[in-house]
Amino acid sequence: MKITDIVSETYFSLTANKVRTGLTMLGIVIGIGSVIAMVSVGQGAQSSIESSIQSIGSNLLIVSPGAQRGPGVQVSAGRGTAQTLTQEDANAIIKDVTLAKAVAPEISRRYQITAKGTNTNTQVVGTVSAYPTVRNIEIDTGSFISDQNVKSLSRVTVIGSTVRDDLFGIGSDPIGQAIKINKIEFKVIGVTKSKGGSGFGSSDEMVFVPLSTAQRYLAGDTYVTSISIAAESASAMTAIQQQVKDLLLERHKIQDPTLADFNIINQADIVATASSITGVFTMLLGAIAGISLLVGGIGIMNMMLTTVTERTREIGLRKAIGAKRRDISTQFLVESIMLTFLGGVIGVLFGWGLAWAVTAFAGITTSVSTSSVLLAFGVSAAIGIVFGYYPARRAARLNPIEALRYE
Amino acid sequence: MIECKNITKTYVNGDMETTVLKNVSFTIEDGEYVAIMGPSGSGKSTLMHILGALDSPTSGTYKLDGHDVSKLSDDELADVRKNKIGFVFQSFNLLSRATVLRNVALPLLYSEMPRHTRNEHVEKALISAGLEKERWSHLSNQLSGGQMQRVAIARSLVNNPSIIFADEPTGNLDSKTGEIVLDTFQKLNKNHEHTIVLITHEKYVAEHADRIIHIQDGMIVEDRKNTSKRMTNHTHKE
Repeated sequence: MKITDIVSETYFSLTANKVRTGLTMLGIVIGIGSVIAMVSVGQGAQSSIESSIQSIGSNLLIVSPGAQRGPGVQVSAGRGTAQTLTQEDANAIIKDVTLAKAVAPEISRRYQITAKGTNTNTQVVGTVSAYPTVRNIEIDTGSFISDQNVKSLSRVTVIGSTVRDDLFGIGSDPIGQAIKINKIEFKVIGVTKSKGGSGFGSSDEMVFVPLSTAQRYLAGDTYVTSISIAAESASAMTAIQQQVKDLLLERHKIQDPTLADFNIINQADIVATASSITGVFTMLLGAIAGISLLVGGIGIMNMMLTTVTERTREIGLRKAIGAKRRDISTQFLVESIMLTFLGGVIGVLFGWGLAWAVTAFAGITTSVSTSSVLLAFGVSAAIGIVFGYYPARRAARLNPIEALRYE
Repeated sequence: MIECKNITKTYVNGDMETTVLKNVSFTIEDGEYVAIMGPSGSGKSTLMHILGALDSPTSGTYKLDGHDVSKLSDDELADVRKNKIGFVFQSFNLLSRATVLRNVALPLLYSEMPRHTRNEHVEKALISAGLEKERWSHLSNQLSGGQMQRVAIARSLVNNPSIIFADEPTGNLDSKTGEIVLDTFQKLNKNHEHTIVLITHEKYVAEHADRIIHIQDGMIVEDRKNTSKRMTNHTHKE
């Protein structure tokens, strides 16, 4: 049989019973559509979580103080509350860990902040000029804290966009104005660009001051809350983590690494953990949708079996006038593949629309990837072959004499 | 040319063995118009299935145009049917939702004939079968019984087969339209020298052929020239 003949015969028999063809196809459309939509929700979640982790800085390592534990009685203060990291530790890292691109020690605490009749309570971060590089912060107006500010203990401050909105009004220009942090006056020299909300402490809600100023006027000591280190590349992160660990263990005179009085958080680890969680989430959604695809496939098989029974006489006739087994099985197989393929095409469009609707109405980020579209096509064609094979084989094996007598 | 030698067909159903055809031997020359007549259960349908390459005999040889087709596989038999045999059935077996033209062209799907030459063959076959041109684009379920059977005859002709088997072609028709169908066969035999084998249980129908093979209980009881041949006087109008 020629391909054009097969296509024409398939078109003829699929259009012969349009309602049934449509309903059967609907099973595949819903199956493929929901796989596309569900996976897009999962992948959208994954990419939004990843980008929100990336937004706090790329290739970032954060050293935070832990609780020192003696070998005897385990008296442990809460993690992160211990004051074990100092300015000198940060300086040593800058000096010795050569792979690090930038190092920014910081001291942060919440304070009451006031400005001409308005006030807010937010995170005040004392840090150095490298901080924007490490934490991916961009300046909207003005400038960030300079090395000179840190050296000279300037009482200057850079405020987040949300803080600016709260204290001075939305969109106003606060450069040169004064705010009071813990009753000490600071001059505003810059506003950071809004990064949007993120679950990891938005820089929009922070107030930045020089590290030295914060230690002198606000904290009153030389400890730091954390040291952020930006690596040159993702591949250097493990090496840097080891170097920092060795350096700090030596500086803190701790022999047993399990008793370290600090923690190093590797951003790659956070990303990997989050990805694995969203990956499972995507799989779960995909699996649920996959069940509906399977049901759709069984629908195809059911219809094809009914068709074979209904068209027994036709099959007998075709065989009597010279159709070989292969001709018959090809015809029925192509019919079912055509059904699932068309269903797949419509299903992809349907799923795409569904993903768009989820984004538009529920505000959930979705992303329809090329791979999931290709996968959906592959799966729908495979369903056509798998579920069409048995009916086609049954049709091809019919005895022409019995088939012609079939009532 | 059909040459049958000691054709025997036995069906095994569980422990029961039924011999439907017993040592049947005969020859049909090219261009003959033969009726195989017998009551139901006589084995005439089984004989037609074997002659039509739909089935193989249990023993004996069947030569069609000099080739032995008694021991071929399913697909080889399909090739024989495609190239040499046309069928006309009692119940027409048309695709009801397809047009006349599509129905007649159906056997060509399985032949190697290129698409552009098909129409010519289809039209020729329809003219030979005597179906009016204005019906050609109708769906086959919009036709009368006589017209349907003529579409089926055209379908059997389209591959230009050497033999046409007609299995009770008038069984579903009233006597008037049956006469028209029989008339069509007569014309085909006369004008084109097609070999026609008519299978029937009615003596009246069988008497339209030139030769009558009478079969009973799986054996040929009579094989004679039909001297009192019935001629149809009808013109092709309905």
